[in-house]
Amino acid sequence: MLKASLSSKVDPRDAKLSMAHFYVAFTALLVGGLAGLLQVLVRSGKFQLPFGIGYYQVLTVHGVLLGLVLTTFFILGFHLAAVSKTSGTLTNKQRTVGWIGFWIALVGTVMAAVMVLLNQASVLFTFYAPLKAHALFYLGLTLVVVGSWFNSAVIIMKYAEWRRANPGQPSPLLTFMALINTLMWCVATIGVASTVLIQLLPWSLGIVDTVNVGISRTLFWYFGHPLVYFWLLPAYMAWYVVVPKVIGTKVFSDSLARMSFILFLLFSIPVGFHHQLLEPGIDPAWKFLQVILTFLVVIPSLMTAFSLFATFESFGRSKGATGLFGWLKKLPWGDARFTVPFIGMVAFIPGGAGGMVNASHQMNQVVHNTIWVTGHFHLTVATAVVLTYFGVTFWLVPHLTGRTLTKKMNKLALTQGILWAVGMTFMSGAMHAAGLLGAPRRSSFSEYGGAAQAAEWIPYQIAQAVGGSILFIAVLLMVYIFINLAFFAPKGEQEFPVGEATNQAEKAPMVFENWKLWLGITVLLILFAYTIPFIDLIQNAPPGAKGGRFW
Amino acid sequence: MAKAEMKYDTQPENEEHSSLKGTLASVFILGAILVVTWVGVYFLYLDRF
Amino acid sequence: MHMHKFEKIWLIFGVTALLVFLTVLGVSAFYLGNQPPSCLATVDPEKVDTTAPFNEPGLKKVEGKDWDYELVFVAQAFAYTPGDVEVPLGAKVKVIATTKDVIHGFEVAGTNINMMVEPGYISELVTTFDKPGEYLVLCNEYCGSGHHMMTSKIKVVE
Ligand code: HEM
Ligand SMILES: [Cu+2]
Ligand SMILES: [Cu+2]
Repeated sequence: MLKASLSSKVDPRDAKLSMAHFYVAFTALLVGGLAGLLQVLVRSGKFQLPFGIGYYQVLTVHGVLLGLVLTTFFILGFHLAAVSKTSGTLTNKQRTVGWIGFWIALVGTVMAAVMVLLNQASVLFTFYAPLKAHALFYLGLTLVVVGSWFNSAVIIMKYAEWRRANPGQPSPLLTFMALINTLMWCVATIGVASTVLIQLLPWSLGIVDTVNVGISRTLFWYFGHPLVYFWLLPAYMAWYVVVPKVIGTKVFSDSLARMSFILFLLFSIPVGFHHQLLEPGIDPAWKFLQVILTFLVVIPSLMTAFSLFATFESFGRSKGATGLFGWLKKLPWGDARFTVPFIGMVAFIPGGAGGMVNASHQMNQVVHNTIWVTGHFHLTVATAVVLTYFGVTFWLVPHLTGRTLTKKMNKLALTQGILWAVGMTFMSGAMHAAGLLGAPRRSSFSEYGGAAQAAEWIPYQIAQAVGGSILFIAVLLMVYIFINLAFFAPKGEQEFPVGEATNQAEKAPMVFENWKLWLGITVLLILFAYTIPFIDLIQNAPPGAKGGRFW
Repeated sequence: MAKAEMKYDTQPENEEHSSLKGTLASVFILGAILVVTWVGVYFLYLDRF
Repeated sequence: MHMHKFEKIWLIFGVTALLVFLTVLGVSAFYLGNQPPSCLATVDPEKVDTTAPFNEPGLKKVEGKDWDYELVFVAQAFAYTPGDVEVPLGAKVKVIATTKDVIHGFEVAGTNINMMVEPGYISELVTTFDKPGEYLVLCNEYCGSGHHMMTSKIKVVE
């Protein structure tokens, strides 16, 4: 934010690279949203899929497209735009690397998608061994990750270039945040790349007969939890830096924002066991250790909550608000760039509360693999995160395409956000309730042989279908808005809002830019949390599992 | 903002000018939601076998 | 780096709450023995049917252990053996399960009996069946096209 380039636009050549990512992301939203609609309809018990399409094939489409493709492509596009804006236009070399990464990831996505559509990979987006998908599915996912590494390289190169050009200066806040998310992603993807390349691909090709399930899952979840923070941190970037500018105030505290991001880097990786709490083969003491680390990663989110409320209150009071909550009235509710991410922030409160329940060691027995979990992450990723991405889309896409967000589109965007909130309240609320009663996730409609307990879940499943249908309308609206902003909105200048730190705020301590230190601690924490249980898994490994195709 | 102007002073923010009591109230409401949710499910856990 | 006084108060409250939660969980887990199912024993997934105790699925009374019964389940796509079982009310039971093929879940709806069942591993959990009724057992981890048909039943009877 310290750069003279503040008022400048993202260079059109960089804009094209970002937009390429967004086309993929919003295509995924449309198709994935349709799959979501089909799922809620099937689970209501009142609808059956035509043409012999399987429920689990549809669910794989939904999870892969929305959980992996939409998020990853949106994030890469946003990172690139944010860095190009705050640290300067990419060099030609950097941009070429970015394009190579984009195409590799796109080819990978298409490969995986084709295998899913051919019903060769109905293994859901977590592809747990020993359900054996077609090798091209694993290869496709590998390419997505490899492509993302190229894009990560761009962010790292640009950051290094900026630091060389500005010795002794803290990097621009958005660049710093994008870099943290990139570094976390690079460290985390080692896990999933290892299990896919070393275990799953050779096994699926028939080179080896069996797979070690415990190790594969542990490597997967070493990646799986930072994955959800990889989704979340771009939303935090928008909350910390963009939203203050949109409402017309300053970033509450530059240094505290940096500190919370550093904490995310340190603590979001050595916590994967909280997804494996009910699994055999892992000593409960190691699980508990990772539960403690998981609780530590709550702290930066508590800091974020304070910063955001403080930003809003300071703004409201500067506009003359009085009373305890008078500042709420002063916020620009008519501006979708603010209101839609704000709905996301609100959703993150129950989302975070549910997350703490999930991570609570033995309490996980109440909710594990029930539809409560699905309700939880539709609040976190599918509301807090994606509504913030949408809020970014409303200004970033026109900024990149040289168009503007019209009043009419802004209104539509507000409608979209409200529909999403209403739909999600029904769907996620019903999922949480049914989950506490024991209704399982990842399951097609079933009466479970007429069991009385299963009958109790059906009204909630109907409520899910009502909410899900409203959500689908919101998805369609969003895709329409995206197309408008990308191709049809009137030409003009749309601001890229980058908040500045409060004048009096101190300069961010340079220790935050000491990557040897932070990456060093990150690695130490990972080794601390994983080495012994991982060696145990290897030394006490049972005979491998053959697995196969069960769909 | 040109770079030459980039002077930070190290004084803490002026706390009297903008009261943050609404923020404090808000985060404590948030905290209450976290605690109630957690305790609620914990009792469910205790109640079940 | 400056932090507002209220933020300090908030973080102290937050961190204290986290510590209280962790303490409650830790005491319950390590002193009262309420650990999440984390059995370390393994089994050859190809030889489940001939390996004790999985060669005789069902409820069995045991002597001289901390629990009165062992309830053994074998999971495979897409069924559990036994398909239904009765447990006397108040019995302290060790539930033991494994799978012959892919990963399954083992959930007794409306209870805390919920564990992952993974090929090569044995999953165990000790609990006291202290509420009568008919409980649905179901698979809560995707295992293939018949995943939602995979069920069993536990009747807790006086
Ligand atoms: C139209 C909007 C949406 C609807 C109606 C919807 C509905 C659903 C339903 C019913 C399930 C659970 C199915 C089951 O467990 O049997 C599900 C799973 C899931 N949804 Fe959504 N969803 C929507 C949007 C989203 C969005 C925007 C995201 C992500 C950004 C998302 C990510 C996921 C993921 C990752 C799963 C888990 C898939 C799995 O368990 O394998 N959904 N969705
Ligand atoms: Cu996690
Ligand atoms: Cu199963």
